[in-house]
Amino acid sequence: MLAFLSYQLCQGSASVMTEPRPFRGANSRPSQRPLADTRAPQENDGVQTSPLVSDRIAKSTCYMCACRCGIDVHIRDGKVRYIEGNKDHPVNQGVLCGKGSAGIMQHYSPARLHKPLLRVGPRGEGAFREIEWEEALTIASTRLAHIRATDPRKLAFFTGRDQSQALTSWWAKQFGTPNFAAHGGFCSVNMAAGGLYSVGGSFWEFGEPDWDNTRYFMLFGVAEDHDSNPIKIGLGKLKARGVKIVSINPCRTGYNAIADDWIGIRPGTDGLFVLALVHELLQAGKIDLDYLSRYTNAPQLVIREAGAADDGLFVRGQDGEALVWDSLRNAPISARDGQAKPKLSGSFEVEGRHVVPVFQLIAERYLKADYAPDAVAERCGIPAATIRRIAAELAHVAFKEEIELPVAWTDWAGRRHDTIKGRPVSMHAMRGISAHSNGFHTCRAIHLLQVLLGTIEVPGGFRFRPPFPKPVPPPDKPHGKDGGRPNTPLGGSPLGFVTDPEDLLIDADGNAVRIDKAYSWEAPFAAHGLMHRVIRNAWAADPYRIDTLFLYMANMAWNSSMNTAETIAMLTDKGDDGEYRIPFIIYSDAYHSETVAYADLVLPDTTYLERHDCISLLDRPISHADGPADAIRQPVVLPDRDVRAFQTVLIDLGARLKLPGFVEADGQAKYRDYADYIVRHERAPGIGPLAGWRGEDGSADGRGAPNPEQLTRYIEHGGFWHKTLSPEQRFYKMANQAYLEFATHMGFLARPEPIIFQLYSEPLQKFRLAALGHGKVVPPDAMRARIETYFDPLPFWYAPFEEDGLKEGDFPLHALTQRPMHMYHSWGSQNAWLRQITSENRLFVHRQTAVRLGLADDDWVWVESRSGKVKGQIRLVDGVNPDTVWTWNAIGKRRGTWGLKENAPEASKGFLLNHAIADLLPEDTNGVRHSNSDPVTGQAAWFDLRVRLKKCTAAEGSFSEPVFAPIKRPDGLGPLPDKLAFGAEFRRRGGA
Amino acid sequence: MTSLPKTTERQLGLAIDLDSCVGCQACVTSCKEWNTGGHMAPLTDLDPYGENPDGVWFNRVHTYEQVTETKSRTIHFPRSCLHCAEPACVTVCPTGASYKRQSDGIVLVDEDKCIGCKLCSWACPYGAREFDDDVGVMKKCTLCIDRIYNENLPEENRVPACVAACPTGARHFGDFSDPDSAVSVLSRERGGVELMAELGYRPTNRYLPPRARACGDNNIAPLEAVAGEGGLLGWIDRLLSR
Repeated sequence: MLAFLSYQLCQGSASVMTEPRPFRGANSRPSQRPLADTRAPQENDGVQTSPLVSDRIAKSTCYMCACRCGIDVHIRDGKVRYIEGNKDHPVNQGVLCGKGSAGIMQHYSPARLHKPLLRVGPRGEGAFREIEWEEALTIASTRLAHIRATDPRKLAFFTGRDQSQALTSWWAKQFGTPNFAAHGGFCSVNMAAGGLYSVGGSFWEFGEPDWDNTRYFMLFGVAEDHDSNPIKIGLGKLKARGVKIVSINPCRTGYNAIADDWIGIRPGTDGLFVLALVHELLQAGKIDLDYLSRYTNAPQLVIREAGAADDGLFVRGQDGEALVWDSLRNAPISARDGQAKPKLSGSFEVEGRHVVPVFQLIAERYLKADYAPDAVAERCGIPAATIRRIAAELAHVAFKEEIELPVAWTDWAGRRHDTIKGRPVSMHAMRGISAHSNGFHTCRAIHLLQVLLGTIEVPGGFRFRPPFPKPVPPPDKPHGKDGGRPNTPLGGSPLGFVTDPEDLLIDADGNAVRIDKAYSWEAPFAAHGLMHRVIRNAWAADPYRIDTLFLYMANMAWNSSMNTAETIAMLTDKGDDGEYRIPFIIYSDAYHSETVAYADLVLPDTTYLERHDCISLLDRPISHADGPADAIRQPVVLPDRDVRAFQTVLIDLGARLKLPGFVEADGQAKYRDYADYIVRHERAPGIGPLAGWRGEDGSADGRGAPNPEQLTRYIEHGGFWHKTLSPEQRFYKMANQAYLEFATHMGFLARPEPIIFQLYSEPLQKFRLAALGHGKVVPPDAMRARIETYFDPLPFWYAPFEEDGLKEGDFPLHALTQRPMHMYHSWGSQNAWLRQITSENRLFVHRQTAVRLGLADDDWVWVESRSGKVKGQIRLVDGVNPDTVWTWNAIGKRRGTWGLKENAPEASKGFLLNHAIADLLPEDTNGVRHSNSDPVTGQAAWFDLRVRLKKCTAAEGSFSEPVFAPIKRPDGLGPLPDKLAFGAEFRRRGGA
Repeated sequence: MTSLPKTTERQLGLAIDLDSCVGCQACVTSCKEWNTGGHMAPLTDLDPYGENPDGVWFNRVHTYEQVTETKSRTIHFPRSCLHCAEPACVTVCPTGASYKRQSDGIVLVDEDKCIGCKLCSWACPYGAREFDDDVGVMKKCTLCIDRIYNENLPEENRVPACVAACPTGARHFGDFSDPDSAVSVLSRERGGVELMAELGYRPTNRYLPPRARACGDNNIAPLEAVAGEGGLLGWIDRLLSR
């Protein structure tokens, strides 16, 4: 009886992870399991087969990259013995990548900072005095209080690979500065914005292929990385099922090496390739008309009145809803009328306006010969026959291998479907697509392709991870248009999504309000801000002079900036008054990166094993397509240095500044530390950083009062929370009534209303109309042509900006970077194990190209661009687009940094391509030098780079250039060891 | 010279799938991390932050290109001890330090008997031996002998660290002496190969070769433009008007 009761209790509280399963995790196939009999055989060789591994296992979250896998950290005698993947975790299901498995060396790195530092010498030398935290926080809060009381925008607060943006952006809002962003602008905002403005989500943390059901997978521009383990697990599943993998990438490395079909495309031409596929599919009628009619704006009627102020906008009914032409009634009706049988083609008249369905415009554009395979083949470097073949394969799998799950569901219009139908083609794309000046439209083109095939949110297709999909685009607007007012919070978050020129953060004269010029005419859809523009603009006092640049975890004096040498010079440049042009720089990092030397005040952060964190649905979620998830980090070991978690420091500063929300009515600090904030902070009533175990008794999911025991519940449940959707909620989330209601309950959506994919983007058209002089807010004359061209409401392809004005043969090669998988996003060079795998980088050159240029393997070459040059050593390969050269990024380090000795190959042979990447484009016809970025979002166009190679002379030596003066290693960090014998102590005590 | 057991009761080893290995190094570092505190601890690293960092690793991944007249591919090749049935590294050992276990076929080094003569590393054609200069002892893959039988680990975790970590699931483990074991079956089905079988050391580990790749040699018909008046739009109009 007792046994039965406890069984019932277990079942009552069970989520999917506690169901009894004999073997858990991704690697649990029969050939990956323990021996049937795991008893040690009698060998009598004295081998200790059952040493004690750990005193305790702490479950936390990795931070070696943005993948955020669950980890089981084994602790022995207070020291980290071993880190392995958490088998129950929705992200990594027990596996762990090369970085995560080297976490011990990250944690015990001699590059760790030890104590707050105050600069004593000139900026950039690295001479500091160690100070106490109280002094550091007093210096910071005194300066920041003055800024806040006078002109809050003079604080520019930018964070790098920050996984606490829900806190940092809220802090900036409460401080009252519009000048906040994280690293998205120089990373992948094109990918995020391209998706959010099209289908309400994007690749990576926004969604994933249906690895279990897909039958054809296309991988675009993925540089070994995003998102690490889920893609690798997924590829393993595809391989096990023999599913075809097509990779479109100039480099045949990593994932691309195991693809069935490697298409070594010319960089920056993916959009053209994708639209040629669209051309082929349209011409053959291989598109899902039913899907287009129900879930997209393909049938919605667009006004076609050239020159009119409403040309290109949707014609709307009295309720504001867009209209479609109903073929049954032969009349316009609301697009929200579930009974409509809308026309997809034709030309109609509504209230005297000439209108056509969106699909008509799509067909007119992409059926043009410009997008035919023969027209694009040479430019893309892909034979036309290959393009036609891929199109035929896509059509075959989508329309001849349709799958159906025997699960009934109901759509938003109340229509009951007996099964869930799917077209099992899936896609994933990442930085190779987004880091171009045409990346936004290329991302939209990929979504157009997926939608035409009817493969989004269907079995076998691409699926969103809650809280996505969001309305297209999400409803939050950027705040801070007035530039911020003294001692006053902004009206809302500094970051958001504009849909109309009136939403831009510009003043009455059209000038940027933000220091990075995000949401100005230069980058209207800058959803993530533009960190890569901050230092130049702050240095140039354009649009105004700031006082303090506050950076967290962003290596802006090295690999996170374009045009590195000039950026460094700007950080140290002084004005006529003898003062630094950027007056004060505060930097927080756990490690002695290149940027530390450029700070006036350094706030040392903890490692990822010494801190609390929340991986929040309010920030960048770690959900699975089958349900939302979030997670925590917990201090697995205590710091042995005088360091503090940055988020706790930020909360402390917030209290010292008496920011609203950070103090009680009596002015006392509201939160003890970050852990206390995670549990007690509410962003909206009942909604806080963590969604699990809410409510006073911990029984609520998503919405509920703060639960003081919440972190304890997370720790008990493996460090994460995961809610599994019911089978009927799992697909067609954009239109699935049961899912939409769940999402509304969770606070993901304001209302349970359908999300309509926007193949045609009205917000883009509104900007185009403004460029034509319509509306209240119009661009300055010099910007009009640019806005008109690039704010095309349908995806299109244009040559990357670097190619403008390029003369035949000037800079004939494309130059790219990618991170090695074992170092991606991982601050890896100070890691004693990872650097043994890669401690220098070569420039990879195609063999035939080398022959043409008279180069041999191992030659040293100058890599010259229009703006700079870098010296490095080449390695000849076959698996690269012949017009492309590439190298591993961020292996090259500056001497003296990252806990490396001055003779480390990272500094003598490693090189950073960034020195050759300009941050500005050449002057345009108006004499303006625009940022080297996408004109829609402002995303940094790293991969537009064009170069030529010149063989070095023997006299030029065998070392990388440019060479910078070494940076002094702070005294307090101690000497660097000549030997590591990590783990010897565990063996000595092994049998204890 | 050290003698080999006539037979072994089991023959434990790995099957490594070259069709799905993406070269991510997870098996490399998870191996290092486990074993630097394990049976042969430590896996010493010399000059870890200097000019020539050089440590002991039981598993390394090599990436290279195979280019022939008709094809070209990039291969990621994980390399560790193959636990041969007739390991030259054992028979060459003058002290009995290198030995093959009779019970499970794992090839180990007894550090107390190793004199650091390095004959085994000369004898091994696979480069699987790793000399720890700091202690003057030869070290090598133990097939995680301190995991696979470890009563202090939950049973489901008693597999080599590299097998547990591999994100693409490219590594498999089991008893190759049992023709019906999952790993034997997998190896048979996939045409698992012995590395350099011609040398006669009868390696236990198997490499599963890359599968034939479906790049264009299918029978899918090319797309044809829709027929009839008005092209695509006419076709759609007719379709939706039905």
